[in-house]
Amino acid sequence: MLARRIIPCLDVRDGLVVKGVRFRGHRVMGEIMDLARRYREEHADEVVFYDITASPHGRSVDRSWILRVAEVLDIPFCVAGGIRDVAGAEEVLMNGADKISVNSPALADPDLIGELARRFGSQCVVVGVDSSGGDGRWRVHELTGDPSLSREAGRDTLDWVREVQDRGAGEIVLNCMNMDGVRQGYDVEQLCAVRDCCSVPLIASGGAGAPDHFVEVFRRARVDGALAATVFHSGQIAIPDLKEYLATRDVAVRE
Amino acid sequence: MRRYGRDTALVDCGGANIASLRFALERLGVQAHFTRDARRIEAAERVLLPGVGAAGAGMGRLADAGLLELIPRLTQPVLGICLGMQLLYEGSSEDDTPCLAVIPGLVELLEASPEHTIPHMGWNQVDRRADSRLFDGIPDGSWFYFVHSYAASPGEHCVGDTEHGRRFASVVNRNNFFGVQFHPERSGRHGQRLLKNFLELPWN
Repeated sequence: MLARRIIPCLDVRDGLVVKGVRFRGHRVMGEIMDLARRYREEHADEVVFYDITASPHGRSVDRSWILRVAEVLDIPFCVAGGIRDVAGAEEVLMNGADKISVNSPALADPDLIGELARRFGSQCVVVGVDSSGGDGRWRVHELTGDPSLSREAGRDTLDWVREVQDRGAGEIVLNCMNMDGVRQGYDVEQLCAVRDCCSVPLIASGGAGAPDHFVEVFRRARVDGALAATVFHSGQIAIPDLKEYLATRDVAVRE
Repeated sequence: MRRYGRDTALVDCGGANIASLRFALERLGVQAHFTRDARRIEAAERVLLPGVGAAGAGMGRLADAGLLELIPRLTQPVLGICLGMQLLYEGSSEDDTPCLAVIPGLVELLEASPEHTIPHMGWNQVDRRADSRLFDGIPDGSWFYFVHSYAASPGEHCVGDTEHGRRFASVVNRNNFFGVQFHPERSGRHGQRLLKNFLELPWN
């Protein structure tokens, strides 16, 4: 049986790992390589590196660290942020990343998803969706890395999730913005709605604060993976302990 | 450190992302030759056939490199990884592609369901069906990292299988030819051990 994935997300800015609350007020959490090594040792199932400043400022991520990460990590990793075209994606993948994730550039040019899928295969192409709302209606947001540019993208979340799959996305990361950084649990209602129209792997993001939040999101929303940042970086939740706990609650995890 | 894999060829199928595989070999002290030169591949002590992407494109690249007849004739240990394993079979339903026919059987699309999303992406368990030196030091039921949508059914040369909607061959071995459907270079310490086991196989 496929294991449910535990995925630490390293928000990267200027070569450092940072984390903010509700996308604002980022603070430094540590060095990229130190955290990458630590998560390898802790049996994380995958690591996501996300350059939160790349898309809004119209510049690309500094790619030099990707090769260093690839040399050290023996688990898969995904790079997000600033990937706007096939050439940018190719550079990231040739440096050893397993997947690339696109968010705002896919909203600006939805054809990009198909171009990436045809060139590299759907399995490499993750689409990140920043979404908020409630009462059965959720809206997509874009340029969320920068509070001064962040705005609603004019799309319904469930419609966008269906469209990106049709265009060739191999995985979807749903970041529930109203829960992000506040550690009150994943937005299970929204994730359940997205799960029902998502036949590719779905990763939950935003809101993890306690081990029971992971149990809830895996059991109720049937997501393939759960992504978190602060609770892992700070050591509040240790991944080996979390996996042990999940196993006792009948969630399939890799040892 | 034992000097194994002193001449390991990594077949250059073009386009595929092999940086992670190269780094995994380097962590084991092996500098593989990344090559499509038939003479160099034929003379190598062992051969790795990596692959990412579609079967038709993968076979096309082997044909362009003039390797279609050479690979099935190799007598040293050969390891096909992911698409590289699928190409060892007789054919793939992906683009209706005839393959190298080293191992009998066909590669077919896994079936998607709400509980079994496609691509099959993530960590899954390999259950042993037969002994293989590839498994030395690796417990039965260990987890490996998979990323694929097509797979072969467990046939007579299947030594390890995995369940995702249906059972499929995740490790095969026929004579000197080995194949793994997962990515050992991305499968933590068990993947590293499997690569080491391959690099230590004797070359008759």
